[in-house]
Amino acid sequence: MSDIVHLTVDGKAIEAPPGTLLINAVKRAGIEIPAFCYYDGLKLQAACRMCLVEVEKTPKLQVACTLPVAEGMVVHTDTPTVHEARKGMVEFLLTNHPLDCPVCDKGGECELQDMTFRYGFGESRFLEQKQHIDEKQWSAVVYFDRPRCINCYRCIRVCDEGMGLTALGITNRGVLAEIIPNEHDHLNCDECGMCIDICPVGALTSGMYRYKTRPWEMKHVGTICTHCSNGCKTTLGVRNDEIIRGNNRDRSGLNGEFLCIKGRYAFDFTHHAERLQSPLVRRNGKLEAASWSEALAEVAKNWTAIKQRGGRFGVIGSTRTTNEENFFLQKFARQVLGTNNIDHHRSGDVPTLLDALSGRTDALATTADFYERKAVLIVGADLSQEQPFLAWQVRANVRHHNAHIYVATPGPVREDRVAAASVRYQEGGELASLENLREKLRAEPELVVAFGDAIQGDAVRQLVNFGDSLGVPVKYVALLDYSNSRGALDMGLLPHLGPGYHAVDTPGMSLAAMLADESLDALWVVGANPLGRHVLAASKPFVVVQDLFLTDTAEHAAVVFPAASAYEKSGTVTNLCGEVQRLEAAIKVAGTKPDLEIFGLLAREMGANLGIWQASKIFEEIRGSVRGYNIPLPILTTGGAAQTAALNGHVPAPPRAERIQAAHNTLFTSGSLGQFSRTLQVVLEAPGALYQGR
Amino acid sequence: MLYNEPNPLETRVLTKRFGIPNSEKAEVYVANGGYQAFLKATGMPPEKIIEEVKVSNLRGRGGAGFPTGLKWSFVPRTSPKPKYLICNADESEPGTCKDRLLMEYDPHQLIEGMLIGGLAVDSHKGYIYIRGEYRYLITMMEHAIDDAYAHGWLGKNIQGTGFDFDLYVHTGAGAYECGEETALLDSIEGKRGVPRMKPPFPAVAGAWGCPTLLNNVETYSAVPNIIRDGGAAFAALGTPKNGGTRLVCLSGHVNKPGVYEIPLGYPMLEFIEKFGGGVRGGKKLKAVIPGGSSCPVLTASECDIIMDYDTLAKAGSMLGSGGMVVIDEDTCMVKAALRIMRFYAHESCGWCVPCREGTTWLRKMLQRFHDGMGQASDIPIIGQVSKNMLGRTFCALGDAAAMPTISIVEKFREEFEAHLDGRPCPYEHKPAMALA
Ligand SMILES: Cc1cc2nc3c(=O)[nH]c(=O)nc-3n(C[C@H](O)[C@H](O)[C@H](O)COP(=O)(O)O)c2cc1C
Ligand code: SF4
Ligand code: SF4
Ligand code: SF4
Ligand code: FES
Repeated sequence: MSDIVHLTVDGKAIEAPPGTLLINAVKRAGIEIPAFCYYDGLKLQAACRMCLVEVEKTPKLQVACTLPVAEGMVVHTDTPTVHEARKGMVEFLLTNHPLDCPVCDKGGECELQDMTFRYGFGESRFLEQKQHIDEKQWSAVVYFDRPRCINCYRCIRVCDEGMGLTALGITNRGVLAEIIPNEHDHLNCDECGMCIDICPVGALTSGMYRYKTRPWEMKHVGTICTHCSNGCKTTLGVRNDEIIRGNNRDRSGLNGEFLCIKGRYAFDFTHHAERLQSPLVRRNGKLEAASWSEALAEVAKNWTAIKQRGGRFGVIGSTRTTNEENFFLQKFARQVLGTNNIDHHRSGDVPTLLDALSGRTDALATTADFYERKAVLIVGADLSQEQPFLAWQVRANVRHHNAHIYVATPGPVREDRVAAASVRYQEGGELASLENLREKLRAEPELVVAFGDAIQGDAVRQLVNFGDSLGVPVKYVALLDYSNSRGALDMGLLPHLGPGYHAVDTPGMSLAAMLADESLDALWVVGANPLGRHVLAASKPFVVVQDLFLTDTAEHAAVVFPAASAYEKSGTVTNLCGEVQRLEAAIKVAGTKPDLEIFGLLAREMGANLGIWQASKIFEEIRGSVRGYNIPLPILTTGGAAQTAALNGHVPAPPRAERIQAAHNTLFTSGSLGQFSRTLQVVLEAPGALYQGR
Repeated sequence: MLYNEPNPLETRVLTKRFGIPNSEKAEVYVANGGYQAFLKATGMPPEKIIEEVKVSNLRGRGGAGFPTGLKWSFVPRTSPKPKYLICNADESEPGTCKDRLLMEYDPHQLIEGMLIGGLAVDSHKGYIYIRGEYRYLITMMEHAIDDAYAHGWLGKNIQGTGFDFDLYVHTGAGAYECGEETALLDSIEGKRGVPRMKPPFPAVAGAWGCPTLLNNVETYSAVPNIIRDGGAAFAALGTPKNGGTRLVCLSGHVNKPGVYEIPLGYPMLEFIEKFGGGVRGGKKLKAVIPGGSSCPVLTASECDIIMDYDTLAKAGSMLGSGGMVVIDEDTCMVKAALRIMRFYAHESCGWCVPCREGTTWLRKMLQRFHDGMGQASDIPIIGQVSKNMLGRTFCALGDAAAMPTISIVEKFREEFEAHLDGRPCPYEHKPAMALA
């Protein structure tokens, strides 16, 4: 069989690989065949009949969305019969459609509206009474308006195939056929909003967005989700300096159209009522609003004094601040405060992995590898809960490429359903359990290994040895917590490693050591809440906090600076796979400043010169000085993701091994920040622990 | 008791045992010549069985009239997968009521037909999919199957021939669409009864993705006769390419409605006269629905034809499922169209747009029209909407709804016009509904 098929469409010669569906093949010739139910990547339906075309030598019109191209096929998409058929289909769809476009969220970006304009009749011939069914609320997130539904089954399929849930189904038949949620009158699901996003009409709407605006009244800003470490691109819809919507309809970014509940809706912390909008300074034991200059002076005065008397500083950085901020912060700590006591909440043993893989190329997995590689091994992670996008990639890989998935976890996970094999272990038995998969893994042509914090220290080296012993190409990724957990490591928010994992001369105190140090004089916490989990041993340290909210840690502070969130600043972040992407500021919240600016102002106040605090300038410095970060700028500036290069060289282990403990967020939690997202708090499934979603 | 008096003019091949008491007993069937064809078939190579069915010119009795032998030859009998044999006893086409008689009065003939099908395609498991409304038949069929097991006509090593075959009854839940073969397969698999994409055809990938032979009750019931007497003898009963006899379900405005077995090629008007005893009340014939409500309607003047698949096709209609409805001169054709469309709107599965929306639109439009609120522009719209469905739906239900409607608007346009301008229905003499 030849590997190229020749056909003629509207007189144009077209080539396509065998098996290509006609609807896709014609795109190459710039021809559009309209479709509602056909959706790239999902199962075929052939239900809407919008894509009918004429194919010579066949008596009836043919459905282009299920018809594979054939040699010599002659297709006409622009004949009176085809036009009439399309008109007819649009007309059928509109018979029971309420035509309430003026109040419909989808108006302006509705596929039915577009098709009606392009292919429909100008007027209605339908004189009968329309069928009405009342609108229903299925969850805090999902609303369903049956009359608007065109029964394209996209929502059912995306939930079923894409999310690996079957939260949506269909009941009744004929014109009464109706989409229903899994709990009959409500949903119990991931609340990802994929169904809403994929709905071509306004039948599914979101509780967060409905009736708030019209699409054309928003500014659309493409940036990176601030929640988990997968680094999904999210396009924020902004009106009057308020984020109203998140989606990634244009499929730009490494996540395509995917977003989980956090990426899609949990931007709402930005305008939470408790958002800090003014610096706070402790006076007479109470935190009181102060001006920026007062607050900055207060900090500079104290730090200078502490420094002069040789006091001890501790600096805790953030897993959500940008690379530029992290870079600047460690520089500040090391050069201005003169300390290596700097750390952050670590969630995965990246340094050991990079050391174990030192000198190898092609050994660090990208997010795309989870979709493209023939086999994936997941060790010690509930991927669907903790790494939603990677889980989506894995499911798509199984669906589209019959990839083999292997799971080694302490308990059941959703990936078991698509797994070629799953093994269970008890704590400590992680590596031993892999032996039961050895034979199967050896038979795979290639492998991607993702591991959680259950594998750390020496176990990482053993895992890599295990991978080497399989005799197949293996790529790895250490699973992490937050949007810039990886960047915090790469930029040297570590007591023993500087930017690019270079050893520092005298390692400082780790996060745990700082908190346990009774003689700590100053603690500076940026975008983290260590006192939410730990107690501070020192009795009266001078605590400075930069955050969005008055966290447990901020409550202990002498000075609190109101920080801007990731959605309010520019810079870069690095996801768990080392893919660097750019943030774009969507809004500005009055009274706040990006952490970078706060650092810069503090440096100036201290009389230190750390260079200008402009993200793009600092990124240039990072590119020039941080190992692996010499990535091509054009990729970033055009909104793409560039993976950092592998290391070639030894990464020293910390002087004293410490247990890494990831946050293990679920779909409905996002550390302290998540507590300020109304969406994450109101969905029934929260707190996530109650929700298994398997 | 039979439903209607048999007519001496019938050619009783499939119905020859009708009326024998205790038909569900395997012994009774055997005593009347039953299961001999199966035993004969066990001695035949499968290709020969299929060849015999091809020679018989048997065509599917479920509606589409596809040559049965050809269908059997499509099943890859050497496939390593299990092969399934399914009998379509969903009998839901309005006007059709023959399959139930075949199951009630000669259930073992069906079982024997399926056994022979099993031999032909190397299948060892069969299902009879009976429509849910046939509650009583489900029990009867189960008794017959139990008795066949008890007497060694089903199960392991049937009658020492080394052939194994298990047969089950599966019930529908009241959906016309589940008679469509692929929707039936989904229903058997426990899913929502919506049709599947074709290809692949059931012969290649049917039940649980395995090769599946699916035929109507009457089709399977014809098979023992073909094997016993030879395909040629069966073919000779009918016309070229239209072998054997058919059970025609005669209903509507005739004096003697009933199910009659006649050879293919029997003249239609003669059938109405000699079997149906003519149009009821000596009225004039207006129209005939020749093979179930899905078929285009024939006007009285178009009825002077013989009844076989090809002749009906040439006349622009279909032999269909054998459900023949006779319509007399006092019938309102607008109302007939409405009655038909109410059925299809109710039965559309809702999978595809043109059928789901089109049937309901037409139902509402025809209702309004018949109620006296029609507009002249509705008449062409009814035809156009039907044509927008025809050939464009996912499965043939949409066509089944469109075809009779198109034929009625085209052939009885003046009756539609007679309903206009608020005039009462000329047949019901009732005033038009008051405008709300
Ligand atoms: C909407 C629809 C309903 C059908 N209902 C029946 C039915 O009730 N019984 C039946 O035997 N065939 C029915 N058929 C035809 C079947 O799809 C199939 O063609 C037939 O069962 C094949 O058997 P045969 O070749 O023996 O006729 C129906 C088809 C359609 C499109
Ligand atoms: S929100 Fe997500 S998980 Fe819930 S029904 Fe929609 S697609 Fe499925
Ligand atoms: S709700 Fe939307 S996506 Fe789902 S079937 Fe209806 S129109 Fe399609
Ligand atoms: S034509 Fe379409 S809606 Fe109608 S029964 Fe077939 S698939 Fe269902
Ligand atoms: S796009 Fe082809 S039928 Fe819907």
